[in-house]
Amino acid sequence: MRKVYHRIIQIAGNVITVEAEDVGYNELAEVTSSRGTSLAQVIRLQDEKVFLQVFAGSRGISTGDQVRFLGHQMRVSSSEDLLGRVFNGRGVPRDSRPEIDENLIEIGGPSVNPAKRIIPRNMIRTGIPMIDVFNTLVESQKLPIFSVAGEPYNQLLARIALQAEVDVIILGGMGLKYDDYLYFKNTLDEEGALSRSIMFVHTASDPVVECMLVPDMSLAVAESYALEGKRVLVLLTDMTNFADAMKEIAITMEQIPSNRGYPGDLYSQLASRYEKAVDFDDAGSITVLAATTMPGDDVTHPIPDNTGYITEGQFYLRNGRIEPFGSLSRLKQQVNGDTRSDHRTIMDTMIRLYADYKETLEKQSMGFSMSSWDTKLLKYGALFEKRMMDLSVNIPLEEALDLGWKTLAECFDKAETGIKTDLLKEYWPQS
Amino acid sequence: MQDSNTGRIVGVNGNMLTVEFDTHVTQNEVAFAILGDERLKCEVIRVRGQRADLQVFESTAKLKIDDRIEFTDELLSVELGPGLLTRVYDGLQNPLNDLAEQSGFFLQRGVYLPALDHKAQWDFTPLAKVGDKVKSGDWLGVVPEGIFKHYIMVPFDLQGEWEVAEVTAAGNYKIDHKIAVLKGKKNEERTVTMVQTWPVKIPITAYKEKLLPTDTMITQQRIIDTFFPVAVGGTFCTPGPFGAGKTVLQHALSQFAEADIVIIAACGERAGEVVEILREFPHLEDPRTGKTLIDRSIIICNTSSMPVAAREASVYTAVTLAEYYRQMGLNCLLLADSTSRWAQALREMSGRLEEIPGEEAFPAYLESLIAGFYERAGLVELNDGKTKGSVTIGGSVSPAGGNFEEPVTQATLKVVGAFLGLSRERSDARRYPAIHPLDSWSHYTSIVDPEMIAIARNVLRRGNEVNQMMKVVGEEGTHINDFTIYLKSEFLDYVYLQQNTFDKVDGATDKERQQYVFGKVVSVMNSEFDFTDKDIARRYFLELRQMFVDWNYAAIDSAEFKKLEAAIEAKLKEHCHA
Repeated sequence: MRKVYHRIIQIAGNVITVEAEDVGYNELAEVTSSRGTSLAQVIRLQDEKVFLQVFAGSRGISTGDQVRFLGHQMRVSSSEDLLGRVFNGRGVPRDSRPEIDENLIEIGGPSVNPAKRIIPRNMIRTGIPMIDVFNTLVESQKLPIFSVAGEPYNQLLARIALQAEVDVIILGGMGLKYDDYLYFKNTLDEEGALSRSIMFVHTASDPVVECMLVPDMSLAVAESYALEGKRVLVLLTDMTNFADAMKEIAITMEQIPSNRGYPGDLYSQLASRYEKAVDFDDAGSITVLAATTMPGDDVTHPIPDNTGYITEGQFYLRNGRIEPFGSLSRLKQQVNGDTRSDHRTIMDTMIRLYADYKETLEKQSMGFSMSSWDTKLLKYGALFEKRMMDLSVNIPLEEALDLGWKTLAECFDKAETGIKTDLLKEYWPQS
Repeated sequence: MQDSNTGRIVGVNGNMLTVEFDTHVTQNEVAFAILGDERLKCEVIRVRGQRADLQVFESTAKLKIDDRIEFTDELLSVELGPGLLTRVYDGLQNPLNDLAEQSGFFLQRGVYLPALDHKAQWDFTPLAKVGDKVKSGDWLGVVPEGIFKHYIMVPFDLQGEWEVAEVTAAGNYKIDHKIAVLKGKKNEERTVTMVQTWPVKIPITAYKEKLLPTDTMITQQRIIDTFFPVAVGGTFCTPGPFGAGKTVLQHALSQFAEADIVIIAACGERAGEVVEILREFPHLEDPRTGKTLIDRSIIICNTSSMPVAAREASVYTAVTLAEYYRQMGLNCLLLADSTSRWAQALREMSGRLEEIPGEEAFPAYLESLIAGFYERAGLVELNDGKTKGSVTIGGSVSPAGGNFEEPVTQATLKVVGAFLGLSRERSDARRYPAIHPLDSWSHYTSIVDPEMIAIARNVLRRGNEVNQMMKVVGEEGTHINDFTIYLKSEFLDYVYLQQNTFDKVDGATDKERQQYVFGKVVSVMNSEFDFTDKDIARRYFLELRQMFVDWNYAAIDSAEFKKLEAAIEAKLKEHCHA
């Protein structure tokens, strides 16, 4: 039995300080107060002082409460039994079924050796033309969805998860609205995907600090499944809440903030999570899709900005549609050469013409006269938005490419598209 | 000095330890934190009274108060010797492939392996004779390393003049074998092997003098060589927001730049990007030598999820290796991607030390560290007075929010010789490489006549003005002459500034071809056209552009090239009276 400490000498924000011996950095402790038991993690050692970040928050903790160190770091089970289960931000079941403590692994493990990674090569099909055709999602990619609050990013994540051909789906919810949590649960259930899903859900009403463990737990489990050869898709929503929780702790610990109050290690902290996305040499893979809400729709805000430097592209979700400009899949070149010979051409041509349409739209709104070419573009733009950009469209890549040709043929003649002759011969629809 | 200088931990805060030491410590010396069987590498970064602050190059999880620290009395150093080329190291010169063999998928902490292969045999030929007077950096012998002559040198830490007392005869030896014995002024002896160690944060200066960089380093990227050239032994930086193509540009430079040795420091960036290099370089042919690209490369890879303190060390490790090969009279190109991540590592540490922060919480000494790093580049004349070697440094910068007014970009701009600013505006328009032609600058000499560049730049500037104006008054309100200038600037942009790095021919344009094509482009700039209608003018330039683009894609010795050139000549005679 480990020693119990009874004297808390400082309570500041969600950080408490006790004097204790033989405590390891990052170790866990249990803080028992009259309001219940909470986990806490050692975040600093200074002489005999131990600083603990209390996950349930420090509210109601009294200076005489018990602190018991557990002698290990945060752990999570990696057993097969996790499938179909729902846990909270501390790894405790939310679904009134028994706890699982087999195959416990420590979270936040070391980085993968770059020499053991391979170049990603498998496309993930989503049935969404804006992704499949224009910014193909690739297995092992890490990709955020940048949007503002109120956009249907959770719906988009759920849809991608259901249609993607993966073995295991892990949802890490941070500050999730209870409705959204139920939405994920019900949707996965209805589509029969719950049995291959694991959910770690921290809701908006849970203590803020608890959400800091969610990405590490989700990714640690994902890693152990991937090492067994499984293809795992991890959904993290919303990483902005994670970063904000980190900011809160940093300020409590009197760290010098770097930019808008965020700690200087924001980049490294985000990177150590996102970089868990991997395609292993001779084993499975982890693909990470994350929602990042941009405060004030500002992409230069530290959270989306640092995220963009880490991830392999980004999807902008705006007005319920994936924006064709700005959205980018850095890995698409790895796969879109092998899908169909017209894939890259359709991708480039349609986007280029859509950009021209946008310019025409601007000219139109300024009252300049519309030429016959402008009229064609206006027709094309409307069709493009309806057939490709609308998120309710759900068709396989090949059908989407055919639809692309059809749209081009309805609006333009062959020469106006600037497409190479041999492709025109092969794919241009015969009327 | 005593054998075991030790201490004990009194504080742990992130990757910083506070340690109470028993006897003495040296600033920047390496120490080890002992955790059971694991030994975690640290570096002393501050001493106050009987306490020292150490940055740990590993995760500090599980370390406790009172855990033991062992000091080594040595500064953070790298091993220098034959066999460095083709290797992939982390920021502390740990060989990643060997680590993978030993520990599998993950980077286990506390595992350090020798940087060089101590078992391999090298074919040694002596160059020095007994009785020769030598000083540090002089060549004692040579071994072949791939296509290069790898010189075994008098250790860089020796001061003054030494006499060669013994030289080993030619033969096959391991790197730890005795190569020579040197005798100093006071008859002290020093045994030289093929390997020496050198502290990474101290520049190697065992050469005669530093020279002014004058020759252009051909990168085969048109916008760089022609407009914003880089000198052999010079420095340049490529700042840009995310998604602007910094890494693609760096990859292009690493493949096509005409340097002997290329050292890539992937510092705090995505692992996926390094994997591409790791997996592709062994298969890509180096057009200059016919060997693969990996044969002339060293990759230092400390990606974003690897320990932060080692990231700080990684750029120093990289530049030290570059300086080592410079001492052999080779031209080395160091590409650091990205120096912002290195600066952030400094910021994290500075925050833990509770230093008074400068702008955006970067430490006040950021500028001098950045300057010190870039100053390690340079063209030098070696001790023999005739051989020259160089280190060229290109650093990418990742400014927060894409705003160049931030401390790292500004500090870098003060010390580099060329600024290749990547712009979001150009990358959004898919105009790659997205180097901004109006904002960028270079102090080095271009491969083409400066007068021709002035003409081209003038067209770009005026074209931009007309474009701005057209946004307000519309195309209708623009005079045909102004409109033609706008079309000319767009033409120049499309056919010369933009380059498809993924194309075999267009991706690399050598010096002669650049000079030839640029001459033709300038003749278009100088031409006067007699357009009366904007649609005709637009169509004309579209057609001309298409021909030029096709021309760029044609190999210079092909029939296609000649044919397209003739077609362009014919096209130029239309509407033109110049």
